[in-house]
Amino acid sequence: MPSDITFYLLAALTLAGAVAAMSLRNIVHCVLCAAGAFAGLAGIYLQLNAEFVGVAQLLVYVGAVAILLVFTILLTHGADVKLGSALISSGWKTGLAISALVLVCLVVPVLTSPGLRHEAASGVVAPMMQKIGEQLMGQCVLPLETTGLLLTAALLGAVVIAMNDKTAAGPKTGVPPNHEAGKEPGLR
Amino acid sequence: MTTPLSHYLVLSALLFSVGFAGAVLRRNVILVLIGIELMLNAANLNFIGFWRYGAHPEALTGVMFAIFSIAIAAAEAAVGLALVIAIYRHRRTVQVDQFNSLKG
Repeated sequence: MPSDITFYLLAALTLAGAVAAMSLRNIVHCVLCAAGAFAGLAGIYLQLNAEFVGVAQLLVYVGAVAILLVFTILLTHGADVKLGSALISSGWKTGLAISALVLVCLVVPVLTSPGLRHEAASGVVAPMMQKIGEQLMGQCVLPLETTGLLLTAALLGAVVIAMNDKTAAGPKTGVPPNHEAGKEPGLR
Repeated sequence: MTTPLSHYLVLSALLFSVGFAGAVLRRNVILVLIGIELMLNAANLNFIGFWRYGAHPEALTGVMFAIFSIAIAAAEAAVGLALVIAIYRHRRTVQVDQFNSLKG
C-alpha cells in the first residue's frame, strides 16, 4: 500500500531526526536534526489529510522555531564544543530508566487495546480549509482571540526578558567583562 | 489509509519518550527546550491521529486543538529562549546543572 510506505518512511525520518537531535554533540547539528524531525511530522500530518496543520507545522517549527533556536545558540556561544565536557547530566541512569518506563506505559496500552486496530474512514471532508475558517470565526472565536492576546504578551515578554538592561548592571552593559571580549567583538 | 491508528500512537509514544529522555538527560538548556518541543509535537500527532480515525472527522476538533497547540508552543519557545539569553548574560553558561542559584 503506498500510504503505508509513505507513513513508514516519514516515521523513520521523524524518529531518526529526534534521536539524532537528542544525542549529537554539536548543538547546531542537533537543531538541524530537530528541524528534520519537525518536517517529517508535517509530512505525516499531510498524509493524515490535515493539510492546514501540516503547513502550519512547516511554517512555525521548521521556519520560525528552528531559526530562533539557531539564533539563541549563536548568541550564547553554545556552538563552542568543548572536548571532554560531559554531554549528559550526572543522574543519567535514573533519567533513562524513567523515560523507558514512560515509553512502556504508553506503548503497552496502545498495543493491547482492541479499539485502536481499525482503519480510517475513507471519505474525508473535502473542503477543509473553508470549514476551519468557519470554525475559527464561529465556534472557536474566543480561543482564537485569547491566543492572539497570548502571542502578543509572549512577544513583548520575550523582548523584555532578553533586552539588555543598561541601567541595572554597570559593568555588564558595555564590553563583557570576561575574556571573550577581545576575541569576538562583533557579537555583543 | 490502511495503516491502523495504533501505529501512529506508537510513533507518538516513541517521539514523546525520546523528547523526555533528552529533556531529562542533556545538560544544555537549549536541548532541553528541543526535547519539550518534541513532546508537544507527539501530543499534536495524537490529536491529529484520533481526529482522522475518529467517528466524526467533519467536526474538526482535533485539528482545532492542534492549531492552538502549535501557536502556544511557538510562544513557549520564544519566551524560553529569551530566558536562556537572560540567564546566559548573568551566568555565562547554558548548562542546566550550573543554574543553581536564583539570585541574579
